[in-house]
Amino acid sequence: MTATARTLGSLPLRPAAPGRRRASSTPADLALLLIGACFLLPLLWLILASLDAEAGHELKLPDRAGLDNFAAVLTPELLLRPLWNSVLLSGGTATVTVVAAVLAAYPLSRYRSRFNRPFMYTVLFGTCLPITAIMVPVYGLFVQLELLDSMAATIFFMATTTLPMAIWMTRNFMEGVPVSLEEAAWVDGASRMTALRTIVLPLMKQGLGVVFIFVFIQAWGNFFVPFVLLLSEARQPAAVSIFSFFGQHGAVAYGQLAAFSILYSLPVLVLYVIVARGGSGSFALSGAVRG
Amino acid sequence: MRSPATARQLLRYLPVLPAVLLLLVFLAGPVLWAFHASLTDAGLTGRSARNPSWVGLENYQRLLADPVFPLSVLLTVVFVAGSAVLGQNLLGLTLAVLMRRARPLVSAVVGTTVVAAWVLPEIVAAFAAYAYFSGDGTLNQLLGGLGLVRQDWLYAFPMVAVMLANMWRGTAFSMLVYRAALNEVPAEVTEAAQMDGARGWQRFAFITLPMIRGSITTNLMLITLQTLAVFTLVWVMTAGGPANASTTLPVLAYQEAFKFGDIGYGTAVASVLILIGAAFGLGYVRLLREPRP
Repeated sequence: MTATARTLGSLPLRPAAPGRRRASSTPADLALLLIGACFLLPLLWLILASLDAEAGHELKLPDRAGLDNFAAVLTPELLLRPLWNSVLLSGGTATVTVVAAVLAAYPLSRYRSRFNRPFMYTVLFGTCLPITAIMVPVYGLFVQLELLDSMAATIFFMATTTLPMAIWMTRNFMEGVPVSLEEAAWVDGASRMTALRTIVLPLMKQGLGVVFIFVFIQAWGNFFVPFVLLLSEARQPAAVSIFSFFGQHGAVAYGQLAAFSILYSLPVLVLYVIVARGGSGSFALSGAVRG
Repeated sequence: MRSPATARQLLRYLPVLPAVLLLLVFLAGPVLWAFHASLTDAGLTGRSARNPSWVGLENYQRLLADPVFPLSVLLTVVFVAGSAVLGQNLLGLTLAVLMRRARPLVSAVVGTTVVAAWVLPEIVAAFAAYAYFSGDGTLNQLLGGLGLVRQDWLYAFPMVAVMLANMWRGTAFSMLVYRAALNEVPAEVTEAAQMDGARGWQRFAFITLPMIRGSITTNLMLITLQTLAVFTLVWVMTAGGPANASTTLPVLAYQEAFKFGDIGYGTAVASVLILIGAAFGLGYVRLLREPRP
């Protein structure tokens, strides 16, 4: 169980290296650098092409490097509106997920019941369903319920797909907050929900941040769900608009595509760094769970 | 039968309700709807969209008769086995092992690069991979520079290209899992084996690997499920082509439903995929329920 909790809790994080290590070896360095170079090359194209007004598929240094591509895509309808849609979609998804996950995790972590284990395992099973497989049925369902092209419905659906993972992570963080603190509040007559709001949540702020960012990153990068469920251009997030952009201008404007990609990727890269750097305390917390 | 105590118990669990409702409406609902719709002739447009009629197992019979379906299952198995079970898993383990031996700076830089490919939005990763494997892309530049034959990878070897791309994209996950697992192997154990004269690879095969086998199984299950669901990468790089040569099951389900407008047939494909996912999911849950030795 501990291993699950740890795997689930640690996904977005870089585990800290321990102090003890053997003498470093040069062959290991070289092997690692070789593999690293293979991983770097596709990314390198993205960066070089974004700076090159005449970029194609090939990897080359720009004849004259400049920010023309960035200037070309930085228009309201091309980049800013889709990015704003991404913010709404990801922010909404992360908010709904965190609220539902906190509410669900509280009784599951605080009360003993025969119901807890089967529920958590059912939720765990939910994390396993291939979401791409249910997109065709979800589309059908949305047609029947007339929810197609609705931002709110898409947010609730995306929140549901990340909810199982979020419930596990939130419960693990909540287990790290000692019950004794709440018991003092109960004695003073506070209700369970008041205790949750005023005592438990402030103490697991960092953990909540990790869950929020984790869900936000997933929603931000999600292409398939909005691609299927949001039809009108005015509502499409950057993930989808970049795809239509590629379809329409791709053959000529690879530099702009790369610039667009970089601007669209920056927020999640920053968020990831925040979690990986600042979240080590809560990471330890999530690792110290009992099943 | 319902005592005040049970009522209080129920009331206490009231906060779970929003999550349960969401999961029922948006997760359990579509899955059940899928099995139902796969037994109808539901279409994307026209009369059969508004008023689908019951066709029983016809879609599944078509599935078995359709030469593309077995091909698609085979391609999915190749994709998952090649790029996840072998590719991501072994490369991730190799990276984790090398990172413990390399200089901290080197391992930090390479680790960041590997993780970057994983953190990027999937559509961006797919574009980068597309450019890398395209006719005049980086891979062919490298091969040309080495004096080797250039290939049109996306047409001549689409499966090789999407599998390598999926390894590039997803190895970070296995690497992170194995780094965490290796950090937990107590140094005393391997040191003791060293004193007893075990060589490096012996210590690794007979001490380290058995000690992290829990993480290995968990990782294999999770990357299998993740890779089973990969759509965007394949869709952007090859769109399942040329001539269905890289049509994995998610791509097939999408094509049947949206390109050919046959929701009923598309959901039949999706149902098969859901069942495969569910089987792995059950296996995964059972695995974790078993008490560790």
